[in-house]
Amino acid sequence: MKHLLSAADLSRDEAVLILDTAAELAAVTDRSVKKLPTLRGLTVVNLFFEDSTRTRISFEVAAKRLSADVINFAAKGSSVSKGESLKDTALTLEAMGADAVVIRHQASGAPHRLATSGWIGGSVVNAGDGTHEHPTQALLDAFTLRRHLRDGAGDLAGLRVAIVGDILHSRVARSNVLLLQTLGADVTLIAPPTLMPFGVESWPCRFSYDIDAVLPDVDAVMMLRVQAERMQAAYFPSSLEYSRMYGLDSRRMAMLPEHAIVMHPGPMNRGMEISADVADSPRAVMVEQVTNGVNVRMAVLYLLLGGRQEETR
Amino acid sequence: MSATVLRGVRPYGEDPVDIVIADGVIVDLVAPGSGDGEVIDADGLIALPGFVDVHTHLREPGREDAETVRTGSQAAALGGFTCVHAMANTSPVADTAGVVEQVWRLGQEAGLVDVRPVGAVTVGLEGQRMAELGAMAESAARVRMFSDDGKCVHDAVLMRRALEYVKAFDGVVAQHAQEPRLTENAQMNEGELSGRLGLAGWPAVAEEAIIARDVLLAQHVGSRLHVCHVSTAGSVEVVRWAKSKGINVTAEVTPHHLLLTEELVATYDPIYKVNPPLRRAEDVEALRAALADGTIDAIATDHAPHPREDKDCEWAAAAMGMLGLETAFSIALDTMVRPGLLSWRELAQRMSAAPARIGRVATQGHDLVVGAVANIAVVDPSASRVVSGADLASKSSNTPYAGMELPGRVVHTLFAGTPTVRDGALA
Repeated sequence: MKHLLSAADLSRDEAVLILDTAAELAAVTDRSVKKLPTLRGLTVVNLFFEDSTRTRISFEVAAKRLSADVINFAAKGSSVSKGESLKDTALTLEAMGADAVVIRHQASGAPHRLATSGWIGGSVVNAGDGTHEHPTQALLDAFTLRRHLRDGAGDLAGLRVAIVGDILHSRVARSNVLLLQTLGADVTLIAPPTLMPFGVESWPCRFSYDIDAVLPDVDAVMMLRVQAERMQAAYFPSSLEYSRMYGLDSRRMAMLPEHAIVMHPGPMNRGMEISADVADSPRAVMVEQVTNGVNVRMAVLYLLLGGRQEETR
Repeated sequence: MSATVLRGVRPYGEDPVDIVIADGVIVDLVAPGSGDGEVIDADGLIALPGFVDVHTHLREPGREDAETVRTGSQAAALGGFTCVHAMANTSPVADTAGVVEQVWRLGQEAGLVDVRPVGAVTVGLEGQRMAELGAMAESAARVRMFSDDGKCVHDAVLMRRALEYVKAFDGVVAQHAQEPRLTENAQMNEGELSGRLGLAGWPAVAEEAIIARDVLLAQHVGSRLHVCHVSTAGSVEVVRWAKSKGINVTAEVTPHHLLLTEELVATYDPIYKVNPPLRRAEDVEALRAALADGTIDAIATDHAPHPREDKDCEWAAAAMGMLGLETAFSIALDTMVRPGLLSWRELAQRMSAAPARIGRVATQGHDLVVGAVANIAVVDPSASRVVSGADLASKSSNTPYAGMELPGRVVHTLFAGTPTVRDGALA
């Protein structure tokens, strides 16, 4: 594996290997000296064309714990905001010797362009592209699901997961559908019809417009951020109506089976897709998702770059 | 003036003859080897009337970095064209007699094809006020086709008035059918694939709804409508229905919509980004069938040159459009003639006679008969070539066919009797 562009790039065994590796690396996170020498001498560039403090920091911590040199290249306050093209930015990073580029970009497919255009020689990790994919988010979600519901081992065969919210614009949903399906889980997407992607019927999952009908039969529910601005474009009439019909409040949480967990990729819109008492309840695993994000990203960087470091020695 | 002889050529693929040309006109069709004059060897090759493109972007004035009237004319001649219609979305926009005359004059100076400027329907392509269509029609450029191509004349009242107004000088409004609200920020055909790729969809209904409205408007006011780059099976159905009702509508299809499908977008390579977008295989099938049965009247290239930097980027940032002039014949051969959907005579209709009639170009689109203006494309259907952007005469290289082996070759092009292309190179 040279790049991680899409969750669809991962076979079941590759995905499980990443999760197993993340579990091993999690042990490091628990030590007092949280550092491994694995990627010493390698350079990881965080190339962020979109603001995302949490994802960038997660990748930065992951790379640093593996002793890689980290360069943060944010679009704001850089040459990118002066109109430099993706190509020239890539050529610059290549000239500086980037071994891996972690890219977040507002345009769907930008990581593919970076990986296939010949502009750079290093590995490309998709840290979220437009409304396309966010594969490391799906990996950390799978890791979290496995830890809570599958004793932290193997795949997710038979696990029932509902993903609720703005599926249409969600790269998290796309990557999760692909990855969770690869791992054997049974995914149901829930959204008003206006926020469901065109052609969802042919996706490898179920879909429903009725959250109440689905919740009693799932092992986990993943709530997605819904931007209130969507109502300006007539996706739904009001925030109130959205939260009444699709928001997760304590009444709905009570419909979930006893063992089911509540997830959210963050940042949350409290009062919109999730109520404060649900967000703060013991069933909500958002804080743990963040921790798992670091471990999973360490595993991805390790598996993409570990071999490369052997070569340089 | 001495005579020129196209020796041993087969008009429409039929029996070989010598075509004798003098003073820009076909003066004789005689037995092979018997014509007298300067000989151009065309033994066994096929002669067709010079191709006429009703949809070309020559980019001049304003974007001479992408194409000029001269380089676009060269590309056209090499593609077997003897006439192109230069779209109005230049900078400044071709919305006045001054600009259309400038483009027309540049075409005359290049002297390789008839460059027929298309006038903008609305001032600055803004869709607000009608441009001076009458002044453009009366100018030296004699504009007959008007289009805001690149943008849709979406205001129903403005469209109605434009359709009515051009009746005074036998003009036609060529509509870029794209409902703007349904296609805000649209990146590719809306379907299962756009959902998966996370690219904003351009739904077929946004094209079909405008065509449906416009054929009804054309019927209501008794005017002439031309539909640019029809791209969906549904649009074909609407046009077919309109023609069955006797509505005066014509339609064009691009070579790329006859060959390429949306699956190519999965590469995220913006070379495949075009407007209207590449559609499904079912649409391609419907477009071929419609071109075969005459529902679609003409092949039009929508030749859209863009400089490298406008394609060498991420998908969303890239410009829409692809080159077409130098590959149109090969695509038509591949998709229509070889599968038996069009005979050579029918292809001549679709690539020459019909587009000349749509644009009201009296000197183009003639049959290869004595007395006709000698606008002739001589082609070799048995040849083939691997396309390379760098080999094209166009100033830009944004061809989606790079690396593909395409059948057929334009060997000679004669423009009003004068060879503009000989043996596949500019004369």
